Amino acid sequence: MRHDHLLTAKQLSREDVETVLDRAAEFDRDPSAARERHAGELLGLCFFEPSTRTKMSFETAAKRLGADVVDMGSVESSSVKKGESLADTVRVVEGYADALVLRHPKQGAAKMASEYVDVPVVNAGDGAGHHPSQTLLDLYTIREHAGLDDISVGIMGDLKYGRTVHSLAHALTNFDVRQHFVSPESLRLPRSVRYDLHESGAQVREHEDLEDVLPNLDVLYVTRIQRERFPDEDEYEAVAGEYSITPDVLERAKDDLSVMHPLPRVDEIAPEVDDTDYATYFEQAHNGVPVRMALLDLLL
Amino acid sequence: MTDTELRVSKIQSGTVIDHVTAGEALHVLTLLGIDGSGGETVSLGMNVPSERLGKKDVVKVEGRELSESELEVLSLIAPEATINIVREYDVVDKRRVEPPEEVSGVLTCPNRDCITNAGEPVATRFAVLDDGLRCEYCGDIVRDDITAHLAD
Repeated sequence: MRHDHLLTAKQLSREDVETVLDRAAEFDRDPSAARERHAGELLGLCFFEPSTRTKMSFETAAKRLGADVVDMGSVESSSVKKGESLADTVRVVEGYADALVLRHPKQGAAKMASEYVDVPVVNAGDGAGHHPSQTLLDLYTIREHAGLDDISVGIMGDLKYGRTVHSLAHALTNFDVRQHFVSPESLRLPRSVRYDLHESGAQVREHEDLEDVLPNLDVLYVTRIQRERFPDEDEYEAVAGEYSITPDVLERAKDDLSVMHPLPRVDEIAPEVDDTDYATYFEQAHNGVPVRMALLDLLL
Repeated sequence: MTDTELRVSKIQSGTVIDHVTAGEALHVLTLLGIDGSGGETVSLGMNVPSERLGKKDVVKVEGRELSESELEVLSLIAPEATINIVREYDVVDKRRVEPPEEVSGVLTCPNRDCITNAGEPVATRFAVLDDGLRCEYCGDIVRDDITAHLAD
């Protein structure tokens, strides 16, 4: 992988993805073997939005590599509260850290930040834009369970605002994957992502009903349908139930289907699914550490 | 000289932008940053009959020759425009506009959640597609009514 930053999944080639995933697999097998690899180095965490998994897994990954972290802390306790610009914040933190991990509510924030600093920037989520490190751990999980070629992946939920969806869709175009997007009409993929998928020649189908495609899927990637996106509560209630995964719904699925979710979930996957062989989402979250170790190892 | 050409007075030296899409003349001036404060003499012809376009606008700017980058940006809203550089009443150069690969700082991004709309010190940048423009930051695609997104 020869990038200075990780800003979107679009920049990743198949070779890049495989490089990261192969190294992640090494770290996964023996995490302790890497503990001095980046001793003395510092990772700067700049999270302008709340985060549990992403932030903790980057912190854990850095520490497992022997590096340490400096954390900007919450927006409320930082100079952002005083009106400091993102451009100024990242230039300050650049002076402390060897790489920056940035989460920000505005799309394109990581790209802009990368233009202001000389250290690597990792986009850890920019509004409804992209979340490429999440995609790498998603791909790692998919590879473990189904391989990355000649598979059908269903991606369901809020496709319009779901940054994990946008990044995953882009990255899957590197592989022989049939992508099925399942959502209510109002939450279909945004025009920019559809444009890219079309340009890449990806095999893409769109559906409103999961029933249409479920029996063919090897992977079902579920995201939360965000109540706050609907102007009308009744409209939300009408679609929300249709996009909820229960053991009954999964009766028509392949036995080896993997149900994934970037988490946090609310009610789109019933707790009863957790105890089935379909549930892959907690393993997926755990994979964040070896994958982010691999990513940091390549960028630091 | 045709009646059409006489509708707008001849200029001594400067630029005549002909075959501008009808109704876009004022946007052309906005795009070129001409608001009268620079002292240029500007003549406009709007909805002038045209054999090629049916109707067209014509913009004549006295005392100013457009740069290559200005011509590129002009191509976004007036792709059929022809540019005549005039010196001492003679047309010394005649050009067509060519779309650039990218435009910077000219348009605002329609996506309110784009970082370029967040008060940060960053100029907008759009890649020029075959059928629109794409924000280099948030990735949004602008296809229609590009002039509505001209920066102030």
